[in-house]
Amino acid sequence: METSRDDFIIAIRSAFLKKGTQQRFSLLSLIFFSIIFLILGSLNFKVINYLKIGINEIVYRSSFIVSGPENFIKNNYLLAQNHLNLYKENENNKSELIRLRSKNLSNKFIISENKRLKKIFDDYLVESDTIFAKVLSDKGSPFLKSIIINRGSKHNISLGMIAKDGEYLVGTVVEVNYLSSRVLLLSDLNSKIPVILEPNEVFSILSGTGKDFGIIQYSKKYEEIKEGSIIYTSGVGSLFKAGIPIGKVNSSDTSQEKKIEFFSDFSQLRFVKIFSYLDNEAKW
Amino acid sequence: MVEFRNKNLINKIFLQIPLILLFISVLNNHDFNYLGLKYFSFNFSYILIFYYSLKKSESLGYIYIFIAGLINDVVIGTPIGLSSLMYLMLCGAAAYLRNITLRPSLIKDCIFFLITILIINSLLFIILNYIFSYQLYYFDQIINIIYTFLLYFLFSNLFDFFEDKLVGRINAR
Repeated sequence: METSRDDFIIAIRSAFLKKGTQQRFSLLSLIFFSIIFLILGSLNFKVINYLKIGINEIVYRSSFIVSGPENFIKNNYLLAQNHLNLYKENENNKSELIRLRSKNLSNKFIISENKRLKKIFDDYLVESDTIFAKVLSDKGSPFLKSIIINRGSKHNISLGMIAKDGEYLVGTVVEVNYLSSRVLLLSDLNSKIPVILEPNEVFSILSGTGKDFGIIQYSKKYEEIKEGSIIYTSGVGSLFKAGIPIGKVNSSDTSQEKKIEFFSDFSQLRFVKIFSYLDNEAKW
Repeated sequence: MVEFRNKNLINKIFLQIPLILLFISVLNNHDFNYLGLKYFSFNFSYILIFYYSLKKSESLGYIYIFIAGLINDVVIGTPIGLSSLMYLMLCGAAAYLRNITLRPSLIKDCIFFLITILIINSLLFIILNYIFSYQLYYFDQIINIIYTFLLYFLFSNLFDFFEDKLVGRINAR
């Protein structure tokens, strides 16, 4: 019994304390380094933050280059898939186009009327200058659904700015470096956005799931949420301008957590628009 | 003379392939999301680090593994130092197994690998969830662990083949 305990201790000591051939540090000392990094990082220690920003700049660029071959395969795979779905998509697009043309006629009038009414309530927000950014990498890790863009503090990007793919909301800027930034996607588990569901004007919170869909949470009117309802930002909390389209309800069941299909395909983002919304008075 | 130099260079590149693979895997973060497979994810870095720490500990230096962990943290957005800690604990487990093993076998390695990744992923889950308030899906973690474990068989054989047939042959010349 004593001998087996000794063997265990010897094996552990040898594994963690002994420097192997061509090893400059023992395992234990590097484990201590990692723990120190973790603790100082959680305390927002400046040196660690600078180190992180430095690594970010190098790694994001390197990651973009290293991901090249995989992205090439991925793009070709998606291209082939798109070709296979082309006929069906075309048929759907035709019917959608007819519907949208008729809808568009009344939209312009509603938009101008809406602007006029919001000005009366002093609620009208204007867009800051739009910054176009290229997506350097989209890391669908189990921990974070985010994209890295090639614009940073040098290009006036700041924390909390929003990212859109065309007219659709994609996410918010959560990390800004000098030449790059990270956008947390709406599909991330930690993303919570105040939204409104039309046509029934149901206010709720859209939460990411870590998958390619979102869910509706914290609403008292689940029975009023119908399949096909459109989700827009509600503007509550002044985080976003009201009325930015996000997605639509894609489940008809009466369960509390409704499944939301995003309008934008986050796996195929190439470019995004970054901007913030300012109060009308603040702008002028 | 030129031929000798070329051989030497090729030899050096072959010896560095595990390290190159490690850095590519942390920079690229292979996820195969675009295939649309609902329940599929695995951690290639874990397999690579465990295999090479167990079988060829001189191929991957601890300091490189530490740096790879820092890079991985930056790429996937976890607190800096966390992946390094997990990778080094994996190295420690592999080194312990190497020290206590008299007759190596793939099955024993795999079982030890499974126990190790279960422990380090639990630790990762606890640290991220309770200290840094990250929300994680327990089910996704389990899927990741199962596929990492299953694919260890495949990659272990591939690495054996690579080491025996390619690196071994070049060294023998």
